[in-house]
Amino acid sequence: MAATSACVETPPSTDMSFKKALAVASPLTLHIVAECPVTKARACDLKLPHCVVSTPVFMPVGTQGTMKGITADQLDALGCQICLGNTYHLGMRPGPDLIEKANGLHGFMNWKNNLLTDSGGFQMVSLVELSEVTEEGVTFKSPYDGKTILLSPEKSIAIQNSLGSDIMMQLDDVVSSTVTGPRVEEAMQRSIRWLDRCIAANSNPHKQNLFAIIQGGLNAGLRKTCLDEMTKRDVPGFAIGGLSGGEEKDDFWRMVTLSTDHLPREKPRYLMGVGYAVDLVVCVALGCDMFDCVFPTRTARFGSALVPWGSLQVKHKQYAKDFKPIDPDCRCPTCKRHSRAYLHALFKSDTAAMHHITIHNIAYQLNLMRSVRQSIVQGRFPDFIRAFMRRMFPSREQYPSWAVDALASVNITLE
Amino acid sequence: MAVGWMKLEFSRVLQGGSRLGVLKGLGRTGQHSLEVPGCLLYSRCGTVPHLTQDTLHNLDKLPSVTQVSLDHLAEHQEVLEEFKEGFKKFSGLHDTVLFCTLNDPATPSPTGYTTNKTVSVWGSGGRIELTAAKFMALQKLLQPDCYVSMADGETWQDNTSRKRVRKSVERTLAHLDECLLVHQASQELEGAALFGVVEGGDVPEERSRSARETAKRPVAGFCLDGLQSGRLNGALRSQLIAAVIKELPEDKPRLLQGVGRPDEVLACVEAGVDLFEGFFPFLVTERGCALCFRFDTAIDPESGDGTPPSESTAEPNGDHHPDDPTRMTSFEMDLKDKRYRDDFRPLVEGCGCYCCQNHKRAYVHHLLATNELLAGVLLTLHNTAHYLAFFAALREALAADKVDFLKRRVLGQTETST
Repeated sequence: MAATSACVETPPSTDMSFKKALAVASPLTLHIVAECPVTKARACDLKLPHCVVSTPVFMPVGTQGTMKGITADQLDALGCQICLGNTYHLGMRPGPDLIEKANGLHGFMNWKNNLLTDSGGFQMVSLVELSEVTEEGVTFKSPYDGKTILLSPEKSIAIQNSLGSDIMMQLDDVVSSTVTGPRVEEAMQRSIRWLDRCIAANSNPHKQNLFAIIQGGLNAGLRKTCLDEMTKRDVPGFAIGGLSGGEEKDDFWRMVTLSTDHLPREKPRYLMGVGYAVDLVVCVALGCDMFDCVFPTRTARFGSALVPWGSLQVKHKQYAKDFKPIDPDCRCPTCKRHSRAYLHALFKSDTAAMHHITIHNIAYQLNLMRSVRQSIVQGRFPDFIRAFMRRMFPSREQYPSWAVDALASVNITLE
Repeated sequence: MAVGWMKLEFSRVLQGGSRLGVLKGLGRTGQHSLEVPGCLLYSRCGTVPHLTQDTLHNLDKLPSVTQVSLDHLAEHQEVLEEFKEGFKKFSGLHDTVLFCTLNDPATPSPTGYTTNKTVSVWGSGGRIELTAAKFMALQKLLQPDCYVSMADGETWQDNTSRKRVRKSVERTLAHLDECLLVHQASQELEGAALFGVVEGGDVPEERSRSARETAKRPVAGFCLDGLQSGRLNGALRSQLIAAVIKELPEDKPRLLQGVGRPDEVLACVEAGVDLFEGFFPFLVTERGCALCFRFDTAIDPESGDGTPPSESTAEPNGDHHPDDPTRMTSFEMDLKDKRYRDDFRPLVEGCGCYCCQNHKRAYVHHLLATNELLAGVLLTLHNTAHYLAFFAALREALAADKVDFLKRRVLGQTETST
């Protein structure tokens, strides 16, 4: 897990200088370990500045520089190789200057593995009421002191450079996935222009990877235009954005698969905001490598534990006298020690009950992705999907039709 | 009568009354021990607040005894009836001595609900009234290693009359007799140690009587109730403790309930108290503060050649409010304060706890400012470690005749900061 980008003084050799040249080009390498012969799924080793990430990967979200009550050591022990921080929140509090002084977000939160930061644009549009998007950037009123602030592509990158994340996201013009009409095209075109401004603004390209975000709403033509334009840029990776915002799942998966069809094979693909188990498995089959979502950790704090058959509401009365672990097959620290009944009781007394479920849910997500990866490597991903669906749904009739269609599009038929 | 294997062995008893030793033979099988003076590990429903077992075990030298209170447990009676194997197994506490008290020392109980035959505890669903029979039925289900007898401790208010104090002593003795009857006949509680409760409010004669009468019963140890931080001043508390201890046998442990401030701990140990409830770090954590008082005794703080209170020393910024246990004390620093926003030092320089080894004040300040759950986790780790280290220093000071140094160190800081 040593830092890979540090250049130690070595006698000059052609080999070394060649490697160095590559590293400067992009502090990321993607090694494709296996590709599913049936679907578009792939298993990769994504080498980032702080450690290698095994994909497909789920990235837990630590919005404010902390993973919701669990320590950095606990997160590391669960096998998490990369997690998220939110630029909007961290830019507001404690602010980029302070984090820079603390040796970046890694130093501030004492996290040794990789970090990905978003651009801050999404939160601005979704959380802040008074925001206005112009060509310059997003203008909004600070909820803390009421001051008017402009988040431009340059400013977003400057903050992310201060945070020192391993992967930064471009500022994009976010429109709700349910919006239609000319605004969608405007946002897509603007996102392309903003990508160029972000690339130019990156003051740390040899250590921080900048990902482009494909936009275009639910319009295949606009998506394609965006893909064509953005893939002309030599960015280290691509994200599929503007989805997972309440659109029809039938539209969602079609946009995903259209995007992966046109993204370069040798670069990582990050599907933003996706984290439900079924969505993860289907979208891996559609060719995505990376995912993030607040759902598993947020739902944990309400007492909802993720299990292979869906979820289990620990706070419900039916578990008060249930002395089994959340998932008898789970080997996470919570399931190894505590019963549903104890966790149910503990929810009435202490916040540690939430931490127990948070740990379990992160373990569930990471284990799911490890199993997915293993099945891809072993060439049995189609069987894995079938078994996964059988376990998740009580009967074939309950399979969501979008998932059935999406999987059929990559040659998986569910019996 | 059999009181398990528990045995108090002293290595030193100082003239003033301080006792240094080891409480041996704890637990049903007698394999645990606890150094005295010492404190119990405070828990809510078997969990040290905010901590999972993994994070808890980042702390070394944890007390072998975990305290639980019926406030958190009584509402789970039905569940435990069905479970049948006791609370330790229910809560996943495999290797600790379980010590059960009536009330949670960190949450003062409302008054006015005690009757001749009942006491009340407060769970998440409200008040639960306990008769001695129900109290003992609960203990049989919990199967603690040690537990405190049912008691009427409602004498700590300012205007408690002598008559009310006398009544509390009577009731508490009657409860004890009833508990003992059930205890001795109960298979589930075989080998468990029952502590009798000494009441008596602020009336020295009642304190003596309560102690004397309790000591006549076959109890394993004594619990001094109704002396908690708040209304009582320190001198009066010490005087009352002295009156009690005069009546107690030497060979049984004495637990003081509701007292946790370091200065009060020092005074009460001098008065002859062995054990404290470890809830003080929890109170400090809940107000977003970190313990930072000094207790190193390597060098006399007054001799001048010691380590000067350098820049690196944590500066406490609390005021003295001995009357209100929820207010910040001078033993802690308020990490919510803006001055820690860009302070990249550990909470306490040289502290070996997980928080201080891994994080800076600025980070904990940020977690508090953003209401993040990790703040409670990290502060609990630090505050517990600091508090346990204070008790270890106290025992060392007793062994090395340095209690006066320690007192000056612990209290001295109070004087300089106010």
